[in-house]
Amino acid sequence: MKPPRPAGLRRAFAGGVAVLVTATAAGGCGYAPAAVTSKAATARSAADLGGMDALVKAAKKEGRLNVYALAPDWANYGEMIKTFERKYGIEVNNENPGGTSQLALGAADKRRGQDRAVDALDLGTAFMRNAQGKRLLAPYKVTGWRDIPRTQKQTDGSYLNNYGGYISIGCDAKAVTKCPTTFAELLQPRYRNKIALNGNPAESSSAFSAIFAAALAGGGSFGDVRPGLAFFKKLKQRGNFVPVESSPATIRKGETPISLDWDYLNLGYRKELLAKGVDWRVSVPSDGPYSQYYNQAVNAYAPHPAAARLWLEFLYSPQGQNIWLRGYSRPALLDRMEKDGTADKKAAARLPEVHGTPKFPTPEQEDAAKAAINEGWGKAVG
Amino acid sequence: MSDRPATDAGPPGRPRRSTRRLHWPAVLPFFAFLALCFGLPAGALVYGAFTATDPATGHTHATLDNVRQSLKGIYATGLGGSVQLSLLCALLATLGGTLIAQAVVASRRPALRRAVVAACGVLANFSGAPLAFAFVATLGTTGTLTRLLSLDHTGFSLYTTAGLVLAYLYFMIPLMVVTVLPALDGLRTQWREAAASCGATRGQFWRHIGLPVLLPSLLGGAVLLFGTAFASHATAAVMVGSSVPLITVQISNALAGNVLAGQENLALAMSLNMVVIALLVMAVQIPLQRRSARWLG
Repeated sequence: MKPPRPAGLRRAFAGGVAVLVTATAAGGCGYAPAAVTSKAATARSAADLGGMDALVKAAKKEGRLNVYALAPDWANYGEMIKTFERKYGIEVNNENPGGTSQLALGAADKRRGQDRAVDALDLGTAFMRNAQGKRLLAPYKVTGWRDIPRTQKQTDGSYLNNYGGYISIGCDAKAVTKCPTTFAELLQPRYRNKIALNGNPAESSSAFSAIFAAALAGGGSFGDVRPGLAFFKKLKQRGNFVPVESSPATIRKGETPISLDWDYLNLGYRKELLAKGVDWRVSVPSDGPYSQYYNQAVNAYAPHPAAARLWLEFLYSPQGQNIWLRGYSRPALLDRMEKDGTADKKAAARLPEVHGTPKFPTPEQEDAAKAAINEGWGKAVG
Repeated sequence: MSDRPATDAGPPGRPRRSTRRLHWPAVLPFFAFLALCFGLPAGALVYGAFTATDPATGHTHATLDNVRQSLKGIYATGLGGSVQLSLLCALLATLGGTLIAQAVVASRRPALRRAVVAACGVLANFSGAPLAFAFVATLGTTGTLTRLLSLDHTGFSLYTTAGLVLAYLYFMIPLMVVTVLPALDGLRTQWREAAASCGATRGQFWRHIGLPVLLPSLLGGAVLLFGTAFASHATAAVMVGSSVPLITVQISNALAGNVLAGQENLALAMSLNMVVIALLVMAVQIPLQRRSARWLG
């Protein structure tokens, strides 16, 4: 039997009080890694510890793993955590499952030297760079390191792509006569008051990426996102854009019958929506395919350094990668697994079709796009 | 420190001072609380707003960049938008709330009064994301009322500043009713009778007696409402996202989003701007509060 929920809540509350007390008492001074004595804290690969068996043994001894902001209904994270707990008998403490990248980074940064610090990080690329700047990342190369495309990892192993997806168009086939499959179609008058994002682009990475994708569809490039802003301005002027934050609840209500979001989230909503009588169809727009990946890294100040490294090994193992695949996201090792036959073929076949290999903006291009979108979004849809 | 008996303290002619001297240590816990729970965060806020950390070296240095950036471009628009929206909402809610409260006082029916106070107490606390969802379900593009009254043909849209004002008024008018009821009770019937017996009309009574006496309370209520609207975040975030620029939404984006990295200190600078505006608005009310106490105390 699993422990009842209130125990977890109580623990979280007690932890919160403890942090408050230590934070006010110590005032943020005295940063020191908690577990520098552990051999695992400096290991840059499983081989450094004497192989996987030794890593598993050390992690089991620690018995615990702290992670932050991993929503169970996000890309199948719920199954990932449960499977890891069962397989290794390590308790995963997932704090603030609804949190954001910025909050996760803050929790890793401000709790250096504490037992409650975050062991492993799952962040967007910009936040990983930020974490690297704060010297929070411990380089670690997982077993499948060599098979990950070069554009999707840092050469020193400080962080690497893990799972991702494409911007997709989710559509309630009952509320809309014909589901759109391109950005250009979205401008048609039949989609009046129908199209929404799942947040605003200064806060939600999928909304931000949807503008990037629209820019690519409208003749822009990684270096020029203005066509994306112009697209949404036109969408707003024609009355097609609904500024409300879309969610399964607003979709069910008919308020946001078309929602631009990551394909793995849109596909993940399908079963839940089908049960409520919504025929939710998902397609990746052919005129603006845009993909992003989330990254994994080990916190240099991880209180459970071996468990953190084992968690990364598990995420990149065929078992972990197939869990992503079943959650409709594209794991970083998909190509290799399709070649050697370890990929879950049925799950892979369910992914929406995309042509060509994904390309990614450089950090500078991404920063410039953020500034442009943050500045121009209000003017475009205000 | 001062454990002398009260009789020893000070000359007998000034008893008031001696009492004060003896009792002030009692408020020390309050000041300690204030320093810890208000002073400390405020200090951290100011410190963060005026410093920046170099991401490459981790070195922190003093700078005015955050404040400068928080006062231009979209952040200036957001601050302006928040102030405008809050002023408009405060004005409308003060007006509406006072009229309703006066109607309740004038009716002299205890049952009506109890019902209104209870309802207002509940509604005044109904805000945030649940309120936004309630409005989306009622007045959104597929909302029940929108369809029933064909509101979309009139050009009405909930997802604009007007829609936001409507949503805010939903909890701000009840808040004003609760706030202003005691002040309206303080307007003695005798004053009205006295004015009437001197030949004053209703209008003259309100213009020369009622409103001047009530003014500080009304202003106090308006300041409270301004603050409430100014600090609101969740309702706007869920309902209009960032299509209506608001400073609270921008702070949350910079502080806890998935897109903008390393903007914490800019968020602190924006918060500082909010604190300054809140202080300015409160400063208007303080000198008037004394007058209110004289009449309605």
